[in-house]
Amino acid sequence: MANHSTNEFKGGLKVMLDGDPCNILENEYVKPGKGQAFNRVKLRNLITGRVWERTFKSGESLEGADVMDLDMEYVYTDGDMWHFMKTDGSFEQYAVDKKAIADVEKWLKEQAVYTVTLWNDNAIAVTPPNFLELEVTETDPGLKGDTAQGGSKPATLSSGAVVRVPLFINQGEILKIDTRNGEYVSRA
Amino acid sequence: MTPPETNGDWRPSATLETLRQRARLLARVRAFFAERDVLEVETPVLGHGGSTDAHLDSLSLTATTPAGRERLWLQTSPEFHMKRLLAAGSGPIFQLARSFRDGEVGRRHNLEFTMLEWYRPALSLEGLIEECAALIRHVLDRDPGPLTRRRYRDLFRERLEVDPFTTPLETLRELSSAHGDLSMADAERETCLDLLMSLVIEPELGRQSIEAIVDYPAAQAALARRRIDPEDGAEVAARFEIYLQGVELANGYDELVDADEQAARFASDNRQREALDKPMVDVDHRLVAALEAGMPAGSGVALGLDRLIQLALGKASLSEVMAFSTPRC
Repeated sequence: MANHSTNEFKGGLKVMLDGDPCNILENEYVKPGKGQAFNRVKLRNLITGRVWERTFKSGESLEGADVMDLDMEYVYTDGDMWHFMKTDGSFEQYAVDKKAIADVEKWLKEQAVYTVTLWNDNAIAVTPPNFLELEVTETDPGLKGDTAQGGSKPATLSSGAVVRVPLFINQGEILKIDTRNGEYVSRA
Repeated sequence: MTPPETNGDWRPSATLETLRQRARLLARVRAFFAERDVLEVETPVLGHGGSTDAHLDSLSLTATTPAGRERLWLQTSPEFHMKRLLAAGSGPIFQLARSFRDGEVGRRHNLEFTMLEWYRPALSLEGLIEECAALIRHVLDRDPGPLTRRRYRDLFRERLEVDPFTTPLETLRELSSAHGDLSMADAERETCLDLLMSLVIEPELGRQSIEAIVDYPAAQAALARRRIDPEDGAEVAARFEIYLQGVELANGYDELVDADEQAARFASDNRQREALDKPMVDVDHRLVAALEAGMPAGSGVALGLDRLIQLALGKASLSEVMAFSTPRC
């Protein structure tokens, strides 16, 4: 991979740092009145998800990371690995381990399309679609007529996630959920 | 052919209301100098020489001039041309000069910006610090507090319990590595000091006052005279910086007027550039000749006007006080 100098650093650039692929979030140029300039850089470690703040001397460079985001359909899990398939018609599959699937496990739905992040052709992270339609598998019975009042109750969804839903929702209903904050949006 | 997508960024990066306020502040700056009989001048943005400072990156271009095809340098500040005016007997002068510095991009930097630079023959550095504070008060609508002074070495002693001149280099390397979360194992003393200044000290400067920092290390003299600190015999640069709300606003010198010393610093800068693998910059021989002819001793200061306007108007970034910041130019 090519090297990237600090003056090429910008949000979204993928670089290698301490052996891990990182996504640059922010790059701030700082300089005393006269003298050496530095770059204060915020990076997200794509393996651990942690955000690092590091300083570089302006003009230093980092090796680029071979990181790609691909659309893939969730197919199944064998208990140890989760299997995704490319949507480009190649039927090529990638196995994702527990570490990479992390808490996206509770947002998995067969045939839904996820963003799978590959590093050197290995899956290192999975991002669910912003909105998913999921069935309620368990919740307290709905309160008839209570469609306008506030108040909420927990509901378990077919993917395993537990979300707060309005009191009028019943088991078996399909709901639209925002996966970014785990909030109920509407009935589907 | 479809034009490239512009996403509405043809629009100014500043609001029209901000541009009106900016114009009002510019008028205040001109009134300040008119009242003090300082002559407004305009000097070229291009020069046959550029800044050799190892930590400034000059832009250059090739143009057809009366001499044929020539390489010309976009000025990083109007300093050289203004000093030639001083040597020609101009007396006190000021300029609002568009200046260019490659690679300087960020919330407080823009590739091109407006430098307010002025020179006061016969005025002491202390006198210029006071005038600089007066200008800042004249431009701001609110009271920024009193003018205070601190020595560069006292900043480090008070904030970090090290002495920039005498603490062993290894200690400074460890300290700057820890503060910047990077390896400074083979960094030079000046690089360690620059990092600690930028990351640790600067953000706290000028919070309660207009804060002038004086007596910089001799290695950071740039085009200032050097002198001996009477307290301990250390060589320091007769130079000041002014900070307000953690922002470096101005950089002033007791100006170097010795032609030989000037020529030597140009040469040493270019050697340093070579060591850093940076391109050579053509030296302004006419500045050296002007100093040989005789420039009156005195002081001069360069103030980042966009930053002052940014502080005056309480904006989060420089682009918000510029009609079109570089990404939209």
